[in-house]
Amino acid sequence: MAATADLLTGVAELVRSRVPAADLDERDPDYIRESLPRLWLLASLYFRAEVRGLGNVPEAGPVLLVGNHSGGNLTPDTGVFTLAFSTYFGVERVFHQLAHNLVLSMPGLSFLRKYGTVAASHDNARKALRAGAAVLVYPGGDYEVHRPSWEGRRVDFGGRKGFLRLALEEGVPIVPVVSIGGQETALFLSRGERLAKLLGLDRAFRLKVLPISVGIPWGLNIGDMLGHLPLPAKITVEALPAIDLNREFGADPDLDEVYDHLVRLMQDTLDALGAERRFPVIG
Amino acid sequence: MRVESRIEISAPPALVWEYVSDPSRYLHFMSGITRWEVVGTKRSGLGARYRMLLRVGSAEVGGLIEIVEFAHAADLAWTSITGVDQRGRWRLRSGNEGRSTVTTLRLSYGVAGSGISGWLAEQVAAPSVRGHLRRSLQQLKRQVEHEQLRSAAAERRRSRMGAA
Repeated sequence: MAATADLLTGVAELVRSRVPAADLDERDPDYIRESLPRLWLLASLYFRAEVRGLGNVPEAGPVLLVGNHSGGNLTPDTGVFTLAFSTYFGVERVFHQLAHNLVLSMPGLSFLRKYGTVAASHDNARKALRAGAAVLVYPGGDYEVHRPSWEGRRVDFGGRKGFLRLALEEGVPIVPVVSIGGQETALFLSRGERLAKLLGLDRAFRLKVLPISVGIPWGLNIGDMLGHLPLPAKITVEALPAIDLNREFGADPDLDEVYDHLVRLMQDTLDALGAERRFPVIG
Repeated sequence: MRVESRIEISAPPALVWEYVSDPSRYLHFMSGITRWEVVGTKRSGLGARYRMLLRVGSAEVGGLIEIVEFAHAADLAWTSITGVDQRGRWRLRSGNEGRSTVTTLRLSYGVAGSGISGWLAEQVAAPSVRGHLRRSLQQLKRQVEHEQLRSAAAERRRSRMGAA
């Protein structure tokens, strides 16, 4: 048992050392621009993606885009939204996405930093917002992204409210971004929370889950660390009107009330998007 | 990638020009266009800038464009400042002894440096873009010819009343 703990600590140390410091300047607009055709092909042909309501995002200035997250470790909704945002506002508008430490430390994924992806932390988000950027955050993170497929039409932030504090402290509007289809890209069976706790992953890697799913090409896929080939599920994303928290909830809003309001709003939209779908995957 | 569509409109070039040179009309006849907004103080003419978006596949593609040619009732061309590389052109040529206008709409687009995926995306997008151009011209023809008939009828009414 002690040997396992030592091993985990060692690996955790290795991962921590690989997590790049947040350097917002690593975002490369030319790289993003040149990769847009690739993303467009993937989004248009494979995921038949549809993104609505980008007109609701304020035309300029810092904004916190708050999304529900789906699709396991390969989240098609992020790619689809990044494409749509970049073509709608142009790659000249600075746009950052917050991602789990593990994602950024994985070999072969360093290109994400060129898209403006930084490790999810309040400091990084604050730094980006103060630089005037649009920041995409998924409060549900690893908890939401690995929810079972039969909960695919449920917004589940796991009670995380830090993003609300951030928006209030920085005085930036929130734009809810609701997506559907990502949880149909594999058969997600369980988050494996107990397994993660038993193995001490929560302490070592900030991982509260060790997901179990059935996906291509692995069949039974535990951890989803190597990703999977997502099924070509139709992805629909909708950005809702911006919310100015102080204007709508007063100078010192009750975070629980704001959280409930936001989750309900996003859940209603997700229900409406779900009602448009006739078949899983096909849409 | 360059796509082009052409149509003959039964109206003189000056009337067709009124439509293609007026940015406020674009959302009414241009197919697939979700935004065509004046940027800056100049509404029309050489150097006028617009923010435009065209829905193609999963994305609204476009950016800031600037008018680089503005020859009255003949040519109007634009080029992109930001966003996807594009050049567009309206070409109006008189036909049928000035009673009709052969109207051409061209759009060249691409992303420099995007390699094979860029080439592939251009090919895949071409039928959709071509369809937008064709429908835009059909809608322009309908609107201009309707306006032509309406003003001719108004003229006839005025002359009848004058004679009475």
